[in-house]
Amino acid sequence: MSENEEQNKEQNTEQNTEQNTEQNTEQNTEQNTEQNKPASSAEQAEVSISAEPSIVAETTAAPAVDPEREAKLKAAAEAREARAAAKAKAESEAAPEEPKTPSPKQPLLDETVALIRSLVSEDAVEEAYINEMNAHMPVIVVKGDCWSEVAQLMKTHPTLDCDYLRNVTGVDYETHMEAVYHLVSLQSKQDYAMKVKTDRETPSIASATPIWATANWNEREIFDLLGIDFPGHPDMRRIMMPDDWVGHPLRKDYEPLDPEV
Amino acid sequence: MIRTEELLLNVGPQHPSTHGVFRIIVKLDGEVITEAIPVMGYLHRGTEKLAEDLNFTQIIPYTDRMDYVSAMTNNYVLCHAVETMMGLEIPERAEFMRLIVMELQRVASHLVWWGTYLLDIGAMSPFLYAFRDREIIIDLFNELCGARLTYNYMRVGGVKWDAPEGWLDKVRDFIPYMEKKLDEYNNLVGGNEIFLARIKGIGKYDAQTAIDYGLSGANLRCTGVDWDLRKAEPYSLYNRFEFDVPLGKTGDCYDRYLIRLEELRQSLRILKQALEQMPSSGEVMGKVPRVIRPPAGEVYVRIESPRGEIGCHIVSKGKAEPYRLKFRRPSFVNLQILPKLLVGETMTNLITILGGIDIVVGEVDA
Amino acid sequence: MGAWLDESLTWGNALIFFLWGVILLTIVLGFVTYAIYFERKVIGWMQLRIGPNRVGPLGLLQTVADIFKLLIKEDTIPRKADRVLFILAPALAYVPAFAVLAVIPYTQDLYFADINVGLLYYVALSGISTIAIVIGGWASNNKYALLGGMRSAAQMISYEVPLVISVVGVVMMTGSLNLRLIGEHQGNWFWEWNFLPQIIGFVVFIIAAVSELNRTPFDLPEAESELVAGYHVEYSGFRFAFFMLTEYVYVYAIAALTTVLFLGGWHPPAPFLDFVPGIVWFLLKFSCIVFFLFWLRATMPRIRVDQLMGFGWKVLLPLAILNVFITALYLELFIKG
Repeated sequence: MSENEEQNKEQNTEQNTEQNTEQNTEQNTEQNTEQNKPASSAEQAEVSISAEPSIVAETTAAPAVDPEREAKLKAAAEAREARAAAKAKAESEAAPEEPKTPSPKQPLLDETVALIRSLVSEDAVEEAYINEMNAHMPVIVVKGDCWSEVAQLMKTHPTLDCDYLRNVTGVDYETHMEAVYHLVSLQSKQDYAMKVKTDRETPSIASATPIWATANWNEREIFDLLGIDFPGHPDMRRIMMPDDWVGHPLRKDYEPLDPEV
Repeated sequence: MIRTEELLLNVGPQHPSTHGVFRIIVKLDGEVITEAIPVMGYLHRGTEKLAEDLNFTQIIPYTDRMDYVSAMTNNYVLCHAVETMMGLEIPERAEFMRLIVMELQRVASHLVWWGTYLLDIGAMSPFLYAFRDREIIIDLFNELCGARLTYNYMRVGGVKWDAPEGWLDKVRDFIPYMEKKLDEYNNLVGGNEIFLARIKGIGKYDAQTAIDYGLSGANLRCTGVDWDLRKAEPYSLYNRFEFDVPLGKTGDCYDRYLIRLEELRQSLRILKQALEQMPSSGEVMGKVPRVIRPPAGEVYVRIESPRGEIGCHIVSKGKAEPYRLKFRRPSFVNLQILPKLLVGETMTNLITILGGIDIVVGEVDA
Repeated sequence: MGAWLDESLTWGNALIFFLWGVILLTIVLGFVTYAIYFERKVIGWMQLRIGPNRVGPLGLLQTVADIFKLLIKEDTIPRKADRVLFILAPALAYVPAFAVLAVIPYTQDLYFADINVGLLYYVALSGISTIAIVIGGWASNNKYALLGGMRSAAQMISYEVPLVISVVGVVMMTGSLNLRLIGEHQGNWFWEWNFLPQIIGFVVFIIAAVSELNRTPFDLPEAESELVAGYHVEYSGFRFAFFMLTEYVYVYAIAALTTVLFLGGWHPPAPFLDFVPGIVWFLLKFSCIVFFLFWLRATMPRIRVDQLMGFGWKVLLPLAILNVFITALYLELFIKG
């Protein structure tokens, strides 16, 4: 059990770092899909184009005695190859298309990032990309130190005007923790996802409660379930779990009191 | 000799008007509240934690148990999130079925609110009238999916069952019936002086406060902010129908009451149009891989539940289980304004204001 | 009956008094039993339900079963309650409720005590129940009960005043506080009853009476959606039954009092209906008022405590006083002159 878990974790972290680099280069999410779909193990995922041809090669190389079986295998292999080829073709067709059609939100994102960089700090934005899967939502990863000012800017700047905080999510990525603030401007209906990363040992993110009152209980919930501290929060207590609870249940390394339950 | 003391009163977790196991610690000066501290978590079941070990089809029944008064919209938001990630096409008939059950659910949910709100205010009868009509909807759902409260009706890619023979006709018949009943309800309590005196001008806040606190649903619209996700960020098929978003002016409990009553009417209007436009036959389940495995990445989708914006944030690592699943529960977010509203109010207004926010504790605690 | 009261007290007529008391008590208990049944049925029908229908034919024995259950229930007293007061409160509430019935005349000849300050006696005694409710709320050592008790004190004191002043008009017209004389004074046509000439007084009286009864829409002391059960939240078993009993005996008393004061008591609505015995007319009017009270309960939401106070002091009291003035003017200008 524990061994498995550890293995899983390792895999997860590997995948995770991989993903991050992918995201850094702003790769197509579709490609991501293709890579990760058969990736039950990290090794397979490393095969760059598709995992299937390698399987085909293995099966064909297997010693075959029964001619019928051989024929069947061959047919199957052909079919697989054909499929793989089709897929590869589709992919190769899709891949070069990608840089041609950048997201319609790309200029907006660039503008916003430029705005943040100029008004807050040059290195306030760690990265920025478009989450095309989610209706081209601009995602901005903000440096933890600058988060308060960036939040203030997002809310008050007349062109951004993100007056409404819809949701705050805390995520434990095992390599780091992250809080995602989903903002929207009720006037322009433009939404943003602001991500703030923090380390896992002493996770701490400046509270957005003074800026959006919505963040209050949301941050308390994240503190309760994930253990991220929000300095600047007016009332940092547990909210869901009892006050004397030990641990933060949504952390990936949380060990339940009674694993049977 | 004479000494005055603050009275510390525990309202809940077992209290008839907290709608479940919700607790507010209030400090009273006479009957006037000087401080209110909401305490929740009595119904926390760790849905988000449980979901991390379940595949997406298995999570759907858990969503039923969050906002158990409006389970259909909860079903939808999860399915919608997964479908958005996988880029699935939903057959038209399936989408219509979803929309019809969601709007019926909105009617049922608002009826429960209407009944219990008046019960909170001390009028007993409307509660039973509301439940009579809700019963019709519940029976319809029962016929559709075999459950009366926790439906588990939707699936990623469509719905589990098509409407049985004659079901849509029953829905069609229900609409004029309900419209008549709404008039009756309005006559019953709409002009009652005591009722109006109890809710007019109570629990007031302005648009800026509402936005700041992230309120949604009728709680936001009562201040005049035109923000209904069915119109503002259309999902499903809502852009095909004509309907109005009722708005308030003063932002008090009375406006919230009027808005919810009007929303009932608008829901019936949408239902009428949906039944007309619905394709008479077709698939109700789209082409979906046997194992639902959304690609790595994340998505946040939101829809308009009867209580406001319900959102679903999924972080996926390309597995059959979500890496992290977070629900933005409207009751939870809307409730945040409660301590602010309660200061300076009497015990009686506590119930009026709490009822006006319309919470479901299953959703607050998740 | 009234004649015996004037005789000197002997063992013989003491026994007779006692027996009459027992008979009245039995009748009142019977009334309470079936008033509760009737209330549940009526409200049930108004709310699309059927009401009690399990125990006995048509559920007629439901209340009997309920009372029996309350009787055999464990008697719990909270550990930190003030025991003496806690035990005293239900009795203190019930005794005046029953005592006020002594002055109610049912017909010309059927009455118990013919006191010349009957109305004053009624009002004075019914005020004692308030104290019982406050004591009960205080002694329970429960915050909800305390709030309920306090509300009750405030409410009953505020509404006692308009209640009393609203009947002054009737007293002026009759020239007596004796309830039997007030009843007698009203004529055989229904427009000769006090409720028409005293319409303001009648309306104020009804509203204040409902409030005195702590019934919807003035049921703030026990507002279940706010205070859970108010002053009797800690009471169980027979002590709770006593509070319940008090409430319904007061329903009986107020309905009877309204009938006598405003609805012509035992008089028929028209002289040619004279052949029907007076007691039937009395019971008919009495039942209508009881029904009215139940009807209110199924219809009205609950008023808020500050609105209740404001309404009592700012609306009802001035109206009641206005009524006294109008009556006085009328008597001075048209009757006396």
